[in-house]
Formats: sequence, C-alpha cells, structure tokens
Amino acid sequence: MANFFTDNQDIVFNFNTLDLKRLADIMEDGYRFSKEYDYAPEDAEDAVDNYRRILTMIGELSAEFIEANAEDADREGSHLQPDGHVKYADGIAKDLDMLAKAQVMGFTLPYRFGGLNCPNLIYSMAIEIVSRADASLMNIFGLQGIAETVNAYADEEIKQQYLPQFADGKVTGAMVLTEPDAGSDLQAVKTRAYQDENGNWYINGVKRFITNGCGEVLLVLARSEERAGGLGLSLFLCEKGPHVKIRRTEDKLGIHGSPTCEIFFEDTPAKLIGERQRGLVTYVMSLMNGARVGIAAQAVGIAEAAYAVARDFAASRKQFGVSIDQLPAVRDMLMEMKIAIEVSRALLYECCWAVDHERWYLWQTESGKITDKDKLKEVKNESRKFKRLAAMLTPMAKYYCTEMCNKVAFDAIQVLGGSGYMRDYPVERHYRDARITNIYEGTSQLQIVAAVRGVASGTANKAFDEFSAMDWPEELKDLNETLKSSAAQLADTLPFVKQQGTEYMDLYGRKIVDVACDIYLGYLLLRQAKHSERKQAVARRFITTATPRISANCDLIKSGDKSTFDQFDTIVGKVEQE
Amino acid sequence: MGYNCVVLTKQVPDTKAVTAKAMKDDGTVNRAALPAIFNPEDLHALEEALMIKDQYGGTVTVITMGPPNACNILRDAYERGADRCILVSDRRAAASDTLATSYILSCAVRKVGDFDIVLCGRQAIDGDTAQVGPQAAEKLGIPQITYLEELVSLNNNHIVVRRNVGNGWELVQSKLPVLITVIDSANVPRSPAAKRIMKYKKARAAIEVKKEIAGENNADDPEIAKQIEQKCNELKAKGLLIEHWNLDDIDADLQWCGRDGSPTKVHRIQAVVLKGEGHKQFEPSEDGVRELVHELIEEHTIG
Repeated sequence: MANFFTDNQDIVFNFNTLDLKRLADIMEDGYRFSKEYDYAPEDAEDAVDNYRRILTMIGELSAEFIEANAEDADREGSHLQPDGHVKYADGIAKDLDMLAKAQVMGFTLPYRFGGLNCPNLIYSMAIEIVSRADASLMNIFGLQGIAETVNAYADEEIKQQYLPQFADGKVTGAMVLTEPDAGSDLQAVKTRAYQDENGNWYINGVKRFITNGCGEVLLVLARSEERAGGLGLSLFLCEKGPHVKIRRTEDKLGIHGSPTCEIFFEDTPAKLIGERQRGLVTYVMSLMNGARVGIAAQAVGIAEAAYAVARDFAASRKQFGVSIDQLPAVRDMLMEMKIAIEVSRALLYECCWAVDHERWYLWQTESGKITDKDKLKEVKNESRKFKRLAAMLTPMAKYYCTEMCNKVAFDAIQVLGGSGYMRDYPVERHYRDARITNIYEGTSQLQIVAAVRGVASGTANKAFDEFSAMDWPEELKDLNETLKSSAAQLADTLPFVKQQGTEYMDLYGRKIVDVACDIYLGYLLLRQAKHSERKQAVARRFITTATPRISANCDLIKSGDKSTFDQFDTIVGKVEQE
Repeated sequence: MGYNCVVLTKQVPDTKAVTAKAMKDDGTVNRAALPAIFNPEDLHALEEALMIKDQYGGTVTVITMGPPNACNILRDAYERGADRCILVSDRRAAASDTLATSYILSCAVRKVGDFDIVLCGRQAIDGDTAQVGPQAAEKLGIPQITYLEELVSLNNNHIVVRRNVGNGWELVQSKLPVLITVIDSANVPRSPAAKRIMKYKKARAAIEVKKEIAGENNADDPEIAKQIEQKCNELKAKGLLIEHWNLDDIDADLQWCGRDGSPTKVHRIQAVVLKGEGHKQFEPSEDGVRELVHELIEEHTIG
C-alpha cells in the first residue's frame, strides 16, 4: 500500500528526531485524560505511538484514496446550484465522508468534545500529507482552526453545541472575514451586526472570497459598534440557513475542489463569540495565525507532490542518450527542490513547536495552578519567549513555505518540459494550486511586514545566539562559525535600517526576512545534521549556497538606495487618467 | 430495526509483495517471507456489514480462524468499526482445507447465535478457491448469494442483491438469514478511525497476553500466571480482550476438523507458463468482424 507518511523519509526523520514526548507531555497534562476517555494515552510513549499510527492511517488514506480523486475533483470543481446549494466535486464529497469516518476532523480539539487532542505539529504533518494528495481538500480538512477558535474563546454553551459536530465531521466551517473593500485591510469591514430588543444578534452584509463559505458553521467578522477601525468589530457564529445566501462561487486558477463563495447575510441570526470589540484584534488574529501555519503545511505538501513527479520523470526520461537527471542543469534543479522542501519543513515544524509551547505556557500562567513565585516568574519568561518566537516564525513560515512551493512547482514543470505543461501530468495542477498559497491568509508582502518586526526587535538574533552556543560536534563547528558570522552581519545591518525609518524597513523587508530565514534554516539543518550523515551533506550544501546570498542581501539593505520612492514617477510613470 | 451481521475473515500472505523467497523448496508458500494482511475482499465484506449497520442499526461481529497472530486483522476490524471480534484458534484445526474450515466457521457462527446476515469476501488471495463462503452457508442450512456487487434493498427480513455474474448481473431476493459473498467492486472499505485506533491498538487475546508476559518463561509459573490473569481482567473490563474460541468452545466434531476433516489432497504441483500464440488479422469489414466474433464464440472467449 502506498503511504504518504511512511514513504516520506524526511517527515519520518523529523518524527523520529523531534522530541515528541515533550509535546505529548504538554498536551496530555499529566496523562490525566486516560482515566476518563478510553482512547486517551496513558503515557508519553503511548501518545507518540498514537501520533505515528494516526499519521500512518492518514498517509495511506491520502496515497490510496484521496490522490486518486484529485484530478477529477480539479476538473469538476464545485458548483452553485439553482436552489442556492453548493455542490462539492464528487471526489471532495467522498474524501470528506472518508475523513469523517476516519475521525480526523477534530484533530486538535480536546477529548471532551470528541477530538484527538493532538499538538499543532502533528496536525501540520497531517495537513502536509493530505495536501500532497489534493491541495484543495486541505481547505476543508485544514480549516480546523475554526473549531479551535470556538474552543478557545466561545462560551461553554456554544462549545457544547458545535464542537462535537466538528469532531464527528458532521459540520464544516468557514472563516468569513473578507469583503469587496476589506481584503488585507480587515479594519475596513462593513458587514453590520445589530441586536434586537431581546439582545439577540443579527448580521447584514456581503462577504467575498470565502473559502468553504457553503459550510454549516460560519465565523463572521462584523461591525457591532458605532466606531470605525478594528475595535468596532466583533466575531459571530452563524449557521447555514435561509438567511445565508450564497450568491456565487468563484471561477479560479487552482484549488478547484475548494468552493470560494460570495455570501449575502440578510438579518442572519448570530451568536457572539467571546467579548465584543475583540473580534479582529484578538480572535481573528489568533484564527489567522493558526490558518497561516496550515497554509504553510499545505504549501510543503504541494511542493512534495510536484517534486515527486519531477524526480520520477527525470530518472526515466532519456535525452542525449542519458536519463535527464544526469544532466547538470536538471540535476541542480532537483537538488535545489529537494533541499528547499526539507528546509521549509524544518521551519514549519520549528514554528509549530513554538506555537504549541506558546499555548502551553500561556495556559499555565493563566490557570493559577502555579503558586511558587520563582516558578511562576520562570514560566512567564518562557511564555514571553515563545510568544515572541511564534509571532515571528508564523509569518516567516507562511512566507517561506508558500514562496518555496511556487518555485518548486514552477521548476517541476521545467523538469518535465513540454510534458509538464500538458494536463497529462499532475504538475500543472500543482502549479495552479500553489499560486494561491502566497496570497490567501495574508499575502507574502503582509507576512514580511509581520516577520520583519520580529527580526528587527532582535528575536531572530537571540535565537541565533542560542543555536550558536549549543554543543556542536567537531565536524559541524565550521558551519556554526559561518552561520555565526552571517548572524553578525545581520545584526550589523539592523541599526542602519532602523535609523532610516519604518518606510525603509518595509521597502527592504523582504531582503531582511530572507537573510533571517537563510540563517535560521541553516541552524535548523545543522541541528538535524547531528542525527544523520545525509543531513550533514544537506546542511553543508545549504549553508554554502546561502552564505554569499546573505552577504549580497546585507550589502543591498545597507546601500541606502531609495530609488523605489525617489524615482518611481520617472521610471514607472503615472497612470493616465481618462 | 437492526440487523446482526457476522463477517468471516482471513489473514493471508500479501501476494502483491511476492519476492524470490515467497516459495519454499517444496513448492509451498513461505508465510514467514510475506507480510500478513487482511484478505482484501474480506475488507469489502466488513465494509458492507458496517454500511448495513450505519443505515439500519444492529451489530457487526467479525470472526477469523487462524494462528494467534491473526488477531492483527481483528484489531484492524475493531479500528474500522466492528463491535465484537472473535479469534477461532486451535492446534487441532491446523491443515484444514476449505471443507473443514467452513465447518469450523459455521460452528462459530452458530455459537454467535442471533445473526441475520453472514458476509464473506468472495475468495482469499492465497487459495483463490471461493469455496469457504458457499460451504459455510450449506452447513448453516441458510440460503447464499455470491458475488454481491450492490445491496439493493433490505427490509421485512428480505434482502435484494445485485450479483455480478461476470458478463452481466442478476437481481436475487432471499429471506433472512442469508450468507453473502462480496466482491471488490461492491464498495470502498473505510479507513481505520483515529479514536478507535488509539483504543483498540491495545486489544489482545488472552493467548497473546500470555506470550507477551511470559515470553521465554514458563507461563504456568504461579507468579506469571497471576500477572497474565490480572492483565486479561484489566483488558476485559475495558472491552479490549479479544474473545478466543477453541474447537471445544464451538462444539465442533473433531472428525470434521483439521487434517482428519480435510479430504483435499495435493496430488501434484505444476508450474504453468502461459505463452502468447502469435496473432491473427481480420479485415476491417463487416465480414471480417463477423468472422472475428464467430471465432471468439467458438473459443468460448465470449458468449
């Protein structure tokens, strides 16, 4: 049986070398749940064994069932019926039925709502595996952050009502945020929420580009207050029904299996999630951060799928008397693709690690369980550290993985040449599916704005110092020195950037984040290299090629060149007004 | 109303994973060299039973006859949704042919008792006989419908099945109880379910517990025996003790079991190599086609 978990040596390597027992300890809180739920693990070993078995099951389901449906789902797409109902592609409907039966639609939800209580890291592995089979299915399977948001912020009554249905796969959800005039800028949301004399909430307005907007449970961002801006917005839960009208589904470049809906809310009954005014600033930010990690995982999955096709093709396609993977140019492309996927995966898991720890330390500080003063101080410090790290790594991973995915899918077609451009091979689908990943849940440009703050504030360099101070074996010491001097180069450019002001920082944001990513990834590979000789070769190759790139980027950042502002009108010119 | 389904399953060597070591020098299957799997068509029988349960309610009981490690497919069956799993294992059942096997299984089904539908895969990939299901029906004295491709309806104690007869299909109605054999185009077996995996991975038959705890030591040692008993009780309390029946438990008549109950004798094994016999061309005309069809009918390829 084919299996997208067990056949993927790099995921398995990560699974075996990351300290998953530590994550299990965090999630299982002393393994107290096993007394109440017969499927909850009794100890760390039991929990990690569960993770492995769940991923093995999903790996087989993805490789044997979901992937076989993917091409047809892409061709068929989803369709708005005359009665206002959205029909999923046949393959997607079958996949969802299978996933519900496989009990994986409440991946991270607590046991008490029927969930699997898995850490984010394991969920991200699962998302990658599913996305490799069908990227568009991820937009429903990977939307479990909606249930997570309900779990984190809604009243107990709402949780009891909806979360078991999510876990059973009886309902799916949608994040209903975007409007025609509020995309990246969600503070401009116009959809209104009002209360009747009995205090019941209702929603009016139009939402656009809503992934799985035909889902049964909608989390809607709406203006509940008279004031403008983000603090006028609250988050509501609406159910699919006669007051929710799907007006159209979009005709898109890729992810055809995932319906993208325009929704008209007409006096739709709604329930307030959490507190008023915290809709955007707290809940949606948290929801979006979870979704960003999910998209990063989706991107790695698409890249893996495209690479696998390219790798096989290059080994069997003969030109000039040899298989084309013998030709230097193709060989180099394949190697770059392979390394790009592995470093992206390492960054994704590092990010998940930080997110899982951030949540745990936050929960510990808020639970009131820790009474010892020194202990509490220590936990609070850890909490702050992981909060800062997650705030930087989430946009970094989203940015890096999705850009990587586009590049790998692009190059996969290149390896296949004319055949890759044809629909006979799946790489053209991977390429189309890849294109949305660096757009939705915040474009790359927005991720950079978020990530560069973390780099500029010293979070990145602090992490580099910690890496650098680790105990490195003799054969890796030179690489640590190389990375150390690159980190010093970055540290050296930051004061200059800050001096130039915010606009300059945003102008060179991408370069700054690229440098930080290159160094971070170098360290992640170096850490992996402790466990395997192959990874030593990967680390050496990556750091060797990254070092001149880092220097060049630093030079450019420090150049002070502001021609993008100064010469825009001269070079680009103005748009002619009619 | 619900229907009680009993599914007969077999653990088989994975014939898709055949290597040079797959056959012993004497021409028999080297089971140690092949991974053991759930017989593929039995998974379709299990799925059909689970679909009946989903739609009408009732129970799904899975029985397998085999060595203790056949518990692997029983755990798999639990993980996919079975309510009850039973291992029929007894040294005296070794070397049973299809006749003895179907007798033993029919005894086990009788012991389960209150059943409406017995489901089997059409055939197992190791023997490919397709005899055990039909013979079990005869021994149970119930009607049988082979080659189920679609369950058309189920009500008022009647079942209507579309059976695939190779070059077409038949709609067959039967009263319950009935035995049905299922082919692979009938359905897509569901995946094992995550929460059930987490729970039932711990399911064990007593005979496995004994092996796990005693290891190389003497299982009759009072201290070890006590540990084994304790563990079995723990498992039982959690619904994780796989039932194990031997031939006495199912009131089997020993003369119909094992070697004594197996009239099948392997007379000779011959390696057959199929060779292409050249080709023949026909004119692309009405006459040519007629000639082609005629020849195919004469050779019993079609018709």
